[in-house]
Amino acid sequence: MIVGEQKPLDEIRDQISPFKKVLILGCGTCVTVCFAGGEKEVGVMASTLRMAGAVSGQEKEFLEATVKRQCEWEFLDQVAEQIASVDAVLSLGCGIGVQAIAERFPKVRVYPGLNTSFLGMPVEQGVWSARCAACGDCVLGRFAGVCPIVRCSKSLLNGPCGGSHDGVCEISPDIPCGWQLIYDRLEVLGLLDTLEEIVPPKDWSAGMGRGGRSIVREDLKI
Amino acid sequence: MSTNGFEPQIVAFCCHYCASAAADLAGSMRLRYPPNILVIKLMCTGRIDLLHILRAFEGGVDGVMVAGCLEGNCHFISGNTQAKRRVQYAKQVLESIGVGGERLEMFNLSSSEGPRFAKIATEMTERIRNLGPSPVSRQKKEVVK
Ligand code: SF4
Ligand code: SF4
Repeated sequence: MIVGEQKPLDEIRDQISPFKKVLILGCGTCVTVCFAGGEKEVGVMASTLRMAGAVSGQEKEFLEATVKRQCEWEFLDQVAEQIASVDAVLSLGCGIGVQAIAERFPKVRVYPGLNTSFLGMPVEQGVWSARCAACGDCVLGRFAGVCPIVRCSKSLLNGPCGGSHDGVCEISPDIPCGWQLIYDRLEVLGLLDTLEEIVPPKDWSAGMGRGGRSIVREDLKI
Repeated sequence: MSTNGFEPQIVAFCCHYCASAAADLAGSMRLRYPPNILVIKLMCTGRIDLLHILRAFEGGVDGVMVAGCLEGNCHFISGNTQAKRRVQYAKQVLESIGVGGERLEMFNLSSSEGPRFAKIATEMTERIRNLGPSPVSRQKKEVVK
């Protein structure tokens, strides 16, 4: 899932400071599961901003709504009326949600309430960890299901580097060495010999290297 | 006793097994504690959420207390330690928006501590009375005028 976290409150207040009536719009999918922008967080944000406004003597109105998925125009259409009734939208969706609003409602001012952090998963209650960089050319099959792009700090395809020490990466004792993880998994699977092959450079252009990327499926078009 | 006649409104989120039972016991023992406290019973303080606390303040209360079992004695094992972390976080949020973190407090007590419940309720009422009306409700009242 897409993992995000709330921006600092001061930054949020700064962004929406010129506006009197603001819709706080949550998303019911990824950011609900990571407790950053679901219905409850919309309530928390609205309550916080209302009280902050009251304490500082500002007269502001905050509406609350949450759509099933902010990254699909069909779901945004369900709140079109509310969007039309406000001066600005504070989105608690990921960056895709913010852009979906901007594209669907060209005249609407929309601001991000979250920082979209990474593609990842919860590893324990309250802890999320990055797992994928959407590189567009997945190599998990070669590395026993551990992503070297994300989990090795240098994204090495032929690791480890000399900085791997006692299972942790040289950049921080809190970061497991991705190549240690790959090695351990390969060992469990009896595939250590595959490390003797030198992995050629992957197609990095499938990732961020080609400008804005799109996928077109003619078979699905209507 | 009162500050300019100000009578604070305080919500007390109390767990079923300890704090509510202690509040009941205080009643059966005919101990007096201020009528400013509105008890809301939860099965466990582990149910408490930042949203409950914020909505209470947004609704105009001047103080909030969360009361659960003694640490290590939670009926649901760890609900009260989870609540403690959430209360801590909520205090920071209240502080950052100028409401004041000291208007929120967590207490731990056992079901047999009726007198202690009455004491905590009295102390919390005094604390909020000294702090004065919540800046949120103060602002609302001025708008109403
Ligand atoms: S190799 Fe690329 S697509 Fe596969 S998990 Fe890693 S970043 Fe994601
Ligand atoms: S120590 Fe491990 S994770 Fe860190 S850069 Fe080297 S191989 Fe990658």
